[in-house]
Amino acid sequence: MKMNQTWKKHGIDLRPGTKVKGKWHQKSYKIQKKLGQGAVGTVYLCKYNGREAALKISEQSTSMTVEVNVLKSLDKVQGKRLGPYLLDVDDWVSPTGKIFSFYVMEYLKGQPVTTFIQQNGNEWTGVFILQLLEDLERLHKSGWVFGDLKTDNLLVISSPTRIRWIDVGGTTQIGRAIKEYTEFFDRGYWKMGTRKAEPSYDLFALVMIILNVYYPNRFERGANPEATLQKRLNDVKSLKVYRHALQKALQGKYQTASEMKHDITQALYRAQHRKNKQLTTSKQTRKQKHRYLFLIESGGIAIIALLYYAFSLLLP
Amino acid sequence: MKKGTLKQILLITDGCSNKGEDPSATAALAQQQGITVNVIGILEDDQTEDPEGLQEVEDIAQSGGGVSQLVYKQALSQTVQTVTKQAMTQTIQGFVNQELKQILGPSQSMEDLEPEKRGEIMEVVEDMGETCDLEVLVLVDTSASMHDKLPTVKEALIDLSVSLNARIGRNRFSIYSFPGKRKDIQKVLDWSPKLDSISSIFPKLTSGGITPTGPAIREAMYQFGKKSLLRSFRDEDEPDVEEAWY
Repeated sequence: MKMNQTWKKHGIDLRPGTKVKGKWHQKSYKIQKKLGQGAVGTVYLCKYNGREAALKISEQSTSMTVEVNVLKSLDKVQGKRLGPYLLDVDDWVSPTGKIFSFYVMEYLKGQPVTTFIQQNGNEWTGVFILQLLEDLERLHKSGWVFGDLKTDNLLVISSPTRIRWIDVGGTTQIGRAIKEYTEFFDRGYWKMGTRKAEPSYDLFALVMIILNVYYPNRFERGANPEATLQKRLNDVKSLKVYRHALQKALQGKYQTASEMKHDITQALYRAQHRKNKQLTTSKQTRKQKHRYLFLIESGGIAIIALLYYAFSLLLP
Repeated sequence: MKKGTLKQILLITDGCSNKGEDPSATAALAQQQGITVNVIGILEDDQTEDPEGLQEVEDIAQSGGGVSQLVYKQALSQTVQTVTKQAMTQTIQGFVNQELKQILGPSQSMEDLEPEKRGEIMEVVEDMGETCDLEVLVLVDTSASMHDKLPTVKEALIDLSVSLNARIGRNRFSIYSFPGKRKDIQKVLDWSPKLDSISSIFPKLTSGGITPTGPAIREAMYQFGKKSLLRSFRDEDEPDVEEAWY
């Protein structure tokens, strides 16, 4: 029984130009550049038949197989695509004889959420919250929870502007234990709930993503985690509109994404309504102010006169 | 059908053993008994990732059929969980590989299957990992140099129980420290499903000078299958059984 493979973060370094040829399907991919590195493997930009694709490669065959399983089951979710499109799964025998597992997926080009909101304005925050909730709703309905929902796993792609998930490795079946998580986004870490895969777990992480946009350096848990979260949320003026809904999500009070979506939509609608009202009534308010002043003045004089009269009655 | 129970020893240390038998040998013995030995070596902040003295960490895990990882104090929580879960998957995969060899012939293992078939098998492995029962005996080195790391160890262990208790399968944890006062190991917490109760016990741990890792693993091995453990599982299964007998 071969069981003593010790776990280490080796990572592999493929030079641009390296050809990765699949052992089973015989397709050949030319490595262009490194895109990123995660706990399980390294992602490269590659070319196949002149088209760009993303290739994830690792020596941890088991973890890669689990990820591929998730990608495959997400493909089966009805409607719009949730994760990146899976193109190929194979093994590569390197020139040194070592075997690596790899899979190829669609290459998504885009901007990190934080940068996008900083450059294009806070009004996008609401849009992204709603887009994410819509995707989560569909994912949850098909029996899955995203799990490792975090800023690094999201990308804003353009025309039309949409927020997309790029790494779905942590996706877990509802009712099981969360497979993968990142402390800042994990409600267990904040002592705000369990690590069971349920829709409310993702909704908590969603709020943490929004907080991360406004606190790019994140923040410490502190002695009272719940109070810390509350204060940090209240301190962001741009989030005032959705504060109530975000707070409910942090406390795990939403059972489904659609409940939260409903509240956020309502909050946005009310904010818009208030804004319109302010614009149309701003001229009237000045006149009203004068009237109020007059009322207060005359009322005040009347009260003083009444008191004076009452006192005079008491005096013999 | 009776589901299997995975047994693990999780050794948390920051240095080398200096008393008693070779810890790798006792770890190999444990593996023979069906107990996996995982080791986490805590590094000092100024230590490099590959210190010579901590080679032992990898050796013990290798002969114990488990997983090892060197880590700085700050990342302990996540590492404790990764190591535990990784070892579970590894053990289950070991069983599955054995079964595969019976079906497909001695030269076949999971890596020799094409990716599609591998995916199906991995689903089974994951299912088993989610639903099997798990017993983890945590063995904490409390020699003098560990003193300032103990609060972090405590946090990490509570966090581990939060993670594992989200599984469908049941868990039992116990904690032992070494060296003990007169014995090789000292009981900190008897077999229990949760680790919330350790907050009050942990600060009382005293630190000693010697590190008898080998004898500690041997003693830890005997704690599996003790009465208290059997009882704790049985109580949950058939709570009324004892009354029925009277």
